[in-house]
Amino acid sequence: MTTEATTRFDAGGLAKIEFSRRASALFMRYLPLLILAAVWELSSRLGLVSTLALPPLSAVLESWVSLMLSGDIVTNTADSLWRLSAGLGMAIVFGTLIGVLMAWYKPLDVLMNPIVQVFYPMPKSALIPVTVLWLGFGHWSKIVLIFIGCMLPVTLSAYNGARGTEQFLVWSARSMGASRRRTLLEVVLPSALPEILSGIRTALALSFILMVASELIVARSGLGYMIGWLGDGGVYDAMFAVVMTVSILGFAADRGYLMLMKRVLSWRE
Amino acid sequence: MTSTGGGTAAILALGEESQFDRWVELGRLVFMSSFPILLLLIIWDQATCIRDVVCVGHPLATPFLLPNPITVADRIWSDTTSGDLVLNVGLTLYRAFFGFVVAAVTGVVLGILISRFMSVHWFFDPIISVGFPMPKVAFLPIFMLWFGLYDTSKIALIIVDAIFPVLTATIAATQGVDRQMLWSARMLGASDKQLLWEIVVPAAFPSIMTGLQIALPISLIIAIVTEMIMGGPGLGGAMIAASRFADSPGVFAGIIEIAIAGFCVVKGMAMLRRRLLVWHQEAEDPTTA
Repeated sequence: MTTEATTRFDAGGLAKIEFSRRASALFMRYLPLLILAAVWELSSRLGLVSTLALPPLSAVLESWVSLMLSGDIVTNTADSLWRLSAGLGMAIVFGTLIGVLMAWYKPLDVLMNPIVQVFYPMPKSALIPVTVLWLGFGHWSKIVLIFIGCMLPVTLSAYNGARGTEQFLVWSARSMGASRRRTLLEVVLPSALPEILSGIRTALALSFILMVASELIVARSGLGYMIGWLGDGGVYDAMFAVVMTVSILGFAADRGYLMLMKRVLSWRE
Repeated sequence: MTSTGGGTAAILALGEESQFDRWVELGRLVFMSSFPILLLLIIWDQATCIRDVVCVGHPLATPFLLPNPITVADRIWSDTTSGDLVLNVGLTLYRAFFGFVVAAVTGVVLGILISRFMSVHWFFDPIISVGFPMPKVAFLPIFMLWFGLYDTSKIALIIVDAIFPVLTATIAATQGVDRQMLWSARMLGASDKQLLWEIVVPAAFPSIMTGLQIALPISLIIAIVTEMIMGGPGLGGAMIAASRFADSPGVFAGIIEIAIAGFCVVKGMAMLRRRLLVWHQEAEDPTTA
């Protein structure tokens, strides 16, 4: 009875110590960012740089709160994220499909490979004026741009991943009576998954770049549009607030995706 | 790599033949890889057919939405003869390469310092891990505010964007240098400087090169995006001007010019890698560049 109580107490104490140790490690790790934030705030407050060129951090946070309360930032974030997820989602589906099929059917490979190789190194931002020409200023020009831009990295990674499938696995599955379709779905696709997922990570970063760039150039809503519009109007603390929002969203998306990737790939040693 | 198998003996016996075979193989390869591109061009031509060219059916798209490839080629030709193309390509490449070179040099030096000194590592590690996944294009209006509308702000943004892949590649590469090699060099009496230049840098070079191969296309993308946003001369600026005047042959000519520039830059870098890394077994391109 007593021993149990002590161990329980010990476990609680240990957990507490472990927690505080972790918290202080986390604090030490991100301390440089806090230092930078302090330097930012002070250099602007003490008049080392003009508050026009660099509004103090506190002012930026203040205008972020007011943009949040007025709902401007919420609706524009929703618009941007809808474009991003629609374009990226289509890119993932079609990119994976085309990449795996290219690795699986030789004729498709012969037909598609040169086209992929030629268009892959092309800076996709060059397509911004064309999608506007085709689809106008609204959602669809951005969605199609993100779709086209993100599809090739996914296609290429799915192609490389599926081609790298161990031939023995395919032969074993076939010899044990799996149909071609089943082999494709249950052997080739899972073994290509790690490469596909890292291709999607590249595409995720690219989709943010394309989203912001296309909204900065021509749009009527969205975070990029807000940045350009606030900058043109000279409301710099609000502009910094939106830039920070975009940065945090990009960072959070990448971190969240990494966590998802780790979980999905937990079956690998 | 030729697919004319057989051992050395076979090749010696059929000296003339294998040379011929190699040419046939090369010709077949060129045909196979250019055929889909030609097919795409033919489809494009037929979908946008204009009166004075051979047309199979009715055109699918108006010349405004998708101009005929011959119109676009005409446009590229007139850009070339008027000298606009050279000016625009030169400016865009100048900005991209200037930013890239600065980012490469600073990135490699800073990366080596980060992996060498704990304090530098402590300061820069969180900045890199937060800064890398951020969409840095969003900072362009801030850079315009700080550095003005001309080259400085564009190049500054290119540097900020291109430095992260170089940094992460350099840190990973220098930390991954085989300890045995370092210890052996030390034991044989190498100084700090020798250790850096003769062991760490050559051993880390292939991975650093991979980072550079990721950074170069990024520089080109950012150069074009900044030109599109700010306007003015340069490939991106010329394209956005054409788009504002609803000049679709100009827009499509711009796309093709940018695609060719991107292709040449990326392939040139891959060739440079093969040239510089002949001694290394991973002399081929990285798969995720």
